[in-house]
Amino acid sequence: MAIISLTVNGRAHALDVDPTTPLLYVLSDDLQLRGPKFGCGLGQCGACTVIIGGRAVRSCVTSVSSVTGADVTTLEGLGTPAKPHPIQQAFIDEQAAQCGFCLSGVILTAKAFLDQNPKATDAEIREALSGVLCRCFVQVRMFKAINRYVARISNGPRIKD
Amino acid sequence: MRLTSEARAALDREGLSRREFLRHSGLLIVSFSAMGVSSPASGGQTGAAAAGIDAGQLDSWLAIAADGTVTGYTGKCELGQGMHTAQVQLIAEELSIPIERVRLAECDTAVTPDQGTTSGSQSTPTNFNSRNLGLAAATARETLIQRASRRLGVVRDQLTVVEGMITSHIDPSKTVSYGEILAGERFSIALDVNAKRKPHQEWTVLGRSVPRVDMPAMVTGQLEYVQNIRVDGMLHGRVVRPPAIGATLVNVDERSVAGLPGVVKVVARHNFVGVVCEKPWQAIRAARALKATWSPGTKLPAQATFYDHMRRQPSRDTLVVDSGDVESTLRQAATIVRATYLHPYQMHGSVGTSCAVADVRGDRATIWSPTQSAYPLRNTTAMILNLPPASVRVIYARGSGCYGINGADTVSYDAAVLSQAVGRPVRVQLSRQDEMAWENYGYPYVVDQRVGLDEAGTIVAWDCETWSAALGGRPGYGTPGNVVTGALIGLQPAALEPRANPPAPTSFNNGSNAAPSYVRGCVGATCGGTGAVKSERVLAHTIRSPFFTGPLRSPNRLQNTFAHECFIDELAARVKADPVEYRLRHLKDPRLIDVLKAAVNAAGWDTRPSPGPGRQPTSLVSGRGLACVLYEGDNGYCALVAFVNVIAATGQIAVTRLVASQDCGPISSPDGMRNQIEGGALQGLSRALGEAVTWDDTKVTSIDWQTYRSLSMSADVPVIESVLIDRPEEAAMGAGETTITLTAAAVGNAVFDATGVRIREVPFTPDRIRAALATRG
Repeated sequence: MAIISLTVNGRAHALDVDPTTPLLYVLSDDLQLRGPKFGCGLGQCGACTVIIGGRAVRSCVTSVSSVTGADVTTLEGLGTPAKPHPIQQAFIDEQAAQCGFCLSGVILTAKAFLDQNPKATDAEIREALSGVLCRCFVQVRMFKAINRYVARISNGPRIKD
Repeated sequence: MRLTSEARAALDREGLSRREFLRHSGLLIVSFSAMGVSSPASGGQTGAAAAGIDAGQLDSWLAIAADGTVTGYTGKCELGQGMHTAQVQLIAEELSIPIERVRLAECDTAVTPDQGTTSGSQSTPTNFNSRNLGLAAATARETLIQRASRRLGVVRDQLTVVEGMITSHIDPSKTVSYGEILAGERFSIALDVNAKRKPHQEWTVLGRSVPRVDMPAMVTGQLEYVQNIRVDGMLHGRVVRPPAIGATLVNVDERSVAGLPGVVKVVARHNFVGVVCEKPWQAIRAARALKATWSPGTKLPAQATFYDHMRRQPSRDTLVVDSGDVESTLRQAATIVRATYLHPYQMHGSVGTSCAVADVRGDRATIWSPTQSAYPLRNTTAMILNLPPASVRVIYARGSGCYGINGADTVSYDAAVLSQAVGRPVRVQLSRQDEMAWENYGYPYVVDQRVGLDEAGTIVAWDCETWSAALGGRPGYGTPGNVVTGALIGLQPAALEPRANPPAPTSFNNGSNAAPSYVRGCVGATCGGTGAVKSERVLAHTIRSPFFTGPLRSPNRLQNTFAHECFIDELAARVKADPVEYRLRHLKDPRLIDVLKAAVNAAGWDTRPSPGPGRQPTSLVSGRGLACVLYEGDNGYCALVAFVNVIAATGQIAVTRLVASQDCGPISSPDGMRNQIEGGALQGLSRALGEAVTWDDTKVTSIDWQTYRSLSMSADVPVIESVLIDRPEEAAMGAGETTITLTAAAVGNAVFDATGVRIREVPFTPDRIRAALATRG
């Protein structure tokens, strides 16, 4: 065991955990967060996605020791039901979910990508989401929601590919 | 009312019953029948329930608190498809209250009536027609108005209900609220079969696209899934499955994990092996390290020749329909056309692996489970734990979308067995491999079609013979061996008794869509089919599967419909008829005809035979195809038009546009229905284009998302247009499995239209398309 420092959704934590533990288990069990979820444990589906340093990270294949001191944002770190983040609001507006299990992957991957590439084309956004899986197959609505969010942050017409 | 896990755990610790809890929380309570035995409440999906909650009593379905909050109790749970919100709409509508005032408790054997399994697109027909929850809400409204009439001294006709206030429209000072009428008391009456549902002309909540009430919590990561449930003292379990199908446990070396941190116990029971640790990562490491010795498995039939293998096995045969004159009619036919269609095993492949929490201590057990079958799971878990069913409580908790029986039931048994072994609460979450290698797959199918045509090209006889493979399935109320954990602890799956000479059918049941839409479906003097062909025979063979199988979204129906709707297309092409015109020539059901016409009109269908003129599969070719069905023979009319591009060089299919039309009677939520149409169509596309379970000599080899291919988010997704046909005067039907039933057929037909090549085997992989195009030259 070792003491690992982490900041999660703005709160600092010092956690006494096995340093080989994947970050996901620290978030979902030690910190009892509900956003990041176990999907595959292999980095293949995105359900465990969090944002670290502006990038979407697969927390199921990221050992907690490798992100010591990091600032981690989970889905619940973006906004709340009463005050959702604009990308979350876009998903509400489009009713872009069914079971909702994939949403950390979809929303956080899209947000991190768009933060770095605000002028991305539809094709580039789709490519950025290629490693995310939604088995209810809600992608038509999800891409509408992401486009709605892009329109809001860019305040202008979208570049179509 | 959604209790948090903490609240539920606290309740359970205190031994508080629902009766007591609701009294404490100011709500009313369910009624308990005198004998403690209820009559099942669902539409034909319940077994020998021994529930204490009497579905014939209004208080079992609805409670109204003094503050006017209405709590509904339903046995149909939210699986991610919007049934929670739809049922809230139903209650709000019937009682004329805002949806914010409605709470809904779902699928908890201590709280809700036994409605069997939430499956088969049956939640809407079961609860939105004039029985069960719908009847309860109507009974409640009528009762409240009667009581208000007496209390206010105002005749019923002069009373109006607005937001839970009943008021005389002659003298508005005469008014009383629901809460005042009941004053914290129960209704204490039976459901009134004569209570009238509110006329659809008066609807203000049903029939509207009400946003899902759970959406804000979902998108902000605050919704509690079963994966998030934590109870005091909870440990983490992990199962160790056999390395091969049929392998049996020889020995477990507990010393192999002795030095690992957090190990609480190694559990072995018959062929079931698991470890329990303090923390999840410790359990994963211990399960990986645990040395177990297994016997060699059963040699599996070769995948390459599996469809032929299916034809040669002893089978249980069922005659779905037989007019008795098929052979003689075929002998007189001008032309006989034959084709064979093939469909692989596919998996549910939930994004989240299955998870459950069990707390088994002494003679009591509580299971938090994402099961579709709370009451059945209670009874089968009791069998596994050797407890009476009344000592087991199953509480439904949201899971990852299941699409049928994924690992939800089996992982509930895993958690129960491990918890009983350690006497503390245990949470089990399966690994990706354990989920995929051992789930109850969707059935593989071989379908032989043989049709006779007359001189004009009209069908005179349709003969269909199918082979499917099955093992286990839903455990129901008494067969836990139907899923892997039950079998591993030594309980047998339901036996498949071969039967070579099936009895004549006594009624026409097209619940598996085994009969094509174009036959009359006559048994005796009654004809239940949607078509016109009089000479008809459908014979279904079921063989024992080497793998567990079970319902996967549109079970049997998708496979049969793929074969029927592609074959009708072949026949149309054979006689050079337009695929729509040819279908209409053989259809009789006016609603199926209407959905078909609605879809082709919206799609801008170009009327002509397939394939399109001058199609040369050289580079990129385009085509259109369609399919239609009355889902389950009685539960949702749907038609789907697909537009595709096929790249000949690569064999890739790009579906550019899907146009669906649907008639499920009255529409509860148009947007909710569209969401199901869209998701179903794309899930159908994923299954049509890429999904197939694979195996080697001893084990399943599709064990993750590299080896089982799901349609990627980066794939070009088609534009999806939906035409909703609202028929509020008709019975309510299900809308969750309609388009998925049609996608493979519509896309296959469009590929034929584009290329002139008929693909008769799912999935339509690039290799398969390329090979088919090459054969054509």
